[in-house]
Amino acid sequence: MSLITLIPLFPLIGFLINGIGFNIVPKNLAGIISTAAALASFCCAVVLFMNFSGEVQIAKVFDWITVGKLNISMSFQIDQLSLLMLLIITGVGSLIHIYSMGYMSHDAGYGKFFSFLNLFLFFMLLLVMGSNYVVMFIGWEGVGLCSYLLIGFWNKNTNYGTAARKAFIMNRIGDLGFLLGIFMIISHFGSVEYLDVFEDLGHGTVAGDKTIMWITLLLFIGAMGKSAQIPLYTWLPDAMAGPTPVSALIHAATMVTAGIYMVIRSNALYSLAPETLHIVGWVGLATALLAASIGIFQNDIKKVLAYSTVSQLGYMFMGLGVMAYSSSFFHVMTHAFFKALLFLGAGSVIHAMSDEQDIRKMGGLRKALPITFWTFLIATIAISGIPPFAGFFSKDEILAHVYEHSPLMWGLALAGSVMTSFYMFRLLFLTFFGEFRGTKEQEHHLHESPLSMTLPLMILAVLSAVGGFFNVPHLLGGDSKLANFMAPLFAHSHAVAHAADESLEKTLMIISVIAAILSAGIAYYLFIGKKSVPVADSKVAGLQKVIYNKYYIDELYDTIFVKPISALSKFFYSVIDFLVIDLAIEGIGKLVKGLSSEARLMQDGRTGVYLFVMVLSIAVIIVWTLKDFILVGFK
Amino acid sequence: MQQIPDVIRQIPLNYYVFFSAALFCIGVTGVLTRRNAIIIFMSVELMLNAVNLLLAAFSSYKADPAGQIFVFFIMAVAAAEVAVGLAIIVMIYRNIQTIDTGILNKLKW
Repeated sequence: MSLITLIPLFPLIGFLINGIGFNIVPKNLAGIISTAAALASFCCAVVLFMNFSGEVQIAKVFDWITVGKLNISMSFQIDQLSLLMLLIITGVGSLIHIYSMGYMSHDAGYGKFFSFLNLFLFFMLLLVMGSNYVVMFIGWEGVGLCSYLLIGFWNKNTNYGTAARKAFIMNRIGDLGFLLGIFMIISHFGSVEYLDVFEDLGHGTVAGDKTIMWITLLLFIGAMGKSAQIPLYTWLPDAMAGPTPVSALIHAATMVTAGIYMVIRSNALYSLAPETLHIVGWVGLATALLAASIGIFQNDIKKVLAYSTVSQLGYMFMGLGVMAYSSSFFHVMTHAFFKALLFLGAGSVIHAMSDEQDIRKMGGLRKALPITFWTFLIATIAISGIPPFAGFFSKDEILAHVYEHSPLMWGLALAGSVMTSFYMFRLLFLTFFGEFRGTKEQEHHLHESPLSMTLPLMILAVLSAVGGFFNVPHLLGGDSKLANFMAPLFAHSHAVAHAADESLEKTLMIISVIAAILSAGIAYYLFIGKKSVPVADSKVAGLQKVIYNKYYIDELYDTIFVKPISALSKFFYSVIDFLVIDLAIEGIGKLVKGLSSEARLMQDGRTGVYLFVMVLSIAVIIVWTLKDFILVGFK
Repeated sequence: MQQIPDVIRQIPLNYYVFFSAALFCIGVTGVLTRRNAIIIFMSVELMLNAVNLLLAAFSSYKADPAGQIFVFFIMAVAAAEVAVGLAIIVMIYRNIQTIDTGILNKLKW
């Protein structure tokens, strides 16, 4: 058994042990088993990465479906993209496992939590390691299932269960598109293996081919669901119902980037469909702006981060839309670091505040939670795009490529980045600075989290701080290591690899950094200078109220989709089912019963009548049988 | 001594047919018009014997013994049937002191 197959196997074993033996495995051991499984996968991934020669490796486990010429095998592909995803997933995943051992220690469902977490890792690894679209789809569905299980982890709260269902249903809508895309790939290419499909594209497929456009569009619908883009983004903020490590792992670092992974994986297809790329870019931009604007007025620490995630995912899709694949991936990577860190930091705050999530009741926490504060600060600077932290490099790379494509898009994206910086610093200032606004009891209880929680914070903080140096552009004296490493992935497409004008790029960079710092300054002025605190829900008014209520998008969907469908089902129930089907079926029964109640009266009990009818009938039968004979006789 | 078939063949076949038909119709009329259960029984026997006679006659004319063997079967079954039927009539009489079928009209619905 090769090292490649071992990677997804470890979490699967961990899941089976914790899942089947959930009431046998002792509580402490469950966490250790799961974490060990995640770490073992991480070690395998590192070894693979170290020994990687640049050649694509395929590890076939077994032939799965063979129908005619179509052969779908369960096999794994190791190349630059899957290796990097593996490192992110197992690396960040391991840290979050360690963190969960501290965070979930008081929870009754400790073992259950870890078995779900391992199952998630297994499916996520299938998703990124599969060598064809069908294996990717298994992982794609599997992570959706785990997301559902973990969002509704505290299933005694009905709202959490509803949030889990919402996430699942929204994802299913996207998955349908993804599945149709796979079917179209099968009918068009006759294979689902990445290598075969991309090889086939080389033989004279021209850009703008309609089939390719539909394939890419359908796949993108899948990505919309999984990666929370307009119009299927509303599940992600609600998904914050899950435990915070889950939000960090699934809804920030890994699962939600599956859509971006899929587009990068299919870059050869997307590059041949300029219309789709156009849509991808604008959907990404719209999502980035919408989510960022909602994030400004949210008061729940995790909701702010959730909208921030949606917004950052929008940036990544915008990058994909202008064919800056490696830049988008770079952002996936840095985002995994700093967003996981932010969520884990938020988890640490929530833990210290005895499950309080409202930032209006926090404040001044930096003295009580120094490690959380400093790591949170680093992550905030990183996400705001202030050098030299990770977010600066990745975001500016995307912005530079966007400018080349369309200056208008760049301007809007810059506005989004200003909002990002503003809401992140608002969150930081309201949470960690000023006076404490919670209850006395909470204040008394404030404490720094245990080492198992702060250690991942510190490691992620280091990564958020230096993560950008993996891909320093030429402009700043680097050699774009990551972009060069990933270059073979784009051999079949014409991805943009360079910024055209270095002085222009420098100008853009300076503008965006100044804008980010300025908006951080405004946040400082508002929330530290003037010490303003967001008002209570009932006093919010005007446009702010619209934004605070997330533009009423949920209500809109409710009116457009949910209510008509439920009205339609009510109609079908009360009219079609009740009046038509029931009437027909019960009517037949009643008819037979009515007729027979009349017919039975013929049986009056008098033997003479019975005999008479019998003789008469026999006579009739005889005459009828002999009718030909009788007629001949008459002639 | 003459063979039985030869004796039977002394009378033309048509006579047997008309006689059997007449006998059968008498039986049917008896069943339909009489209300005494024993008379009905006798009428049924009349019908059976009309058929037996016809079978025997045809058997002789066709020189085929199958018909006569059938007659034996019918006689055996009829004997069994009468045994059961008379037993039923006796039981009815013990219960309602009559064997008038006009009164036996409770067997309905």
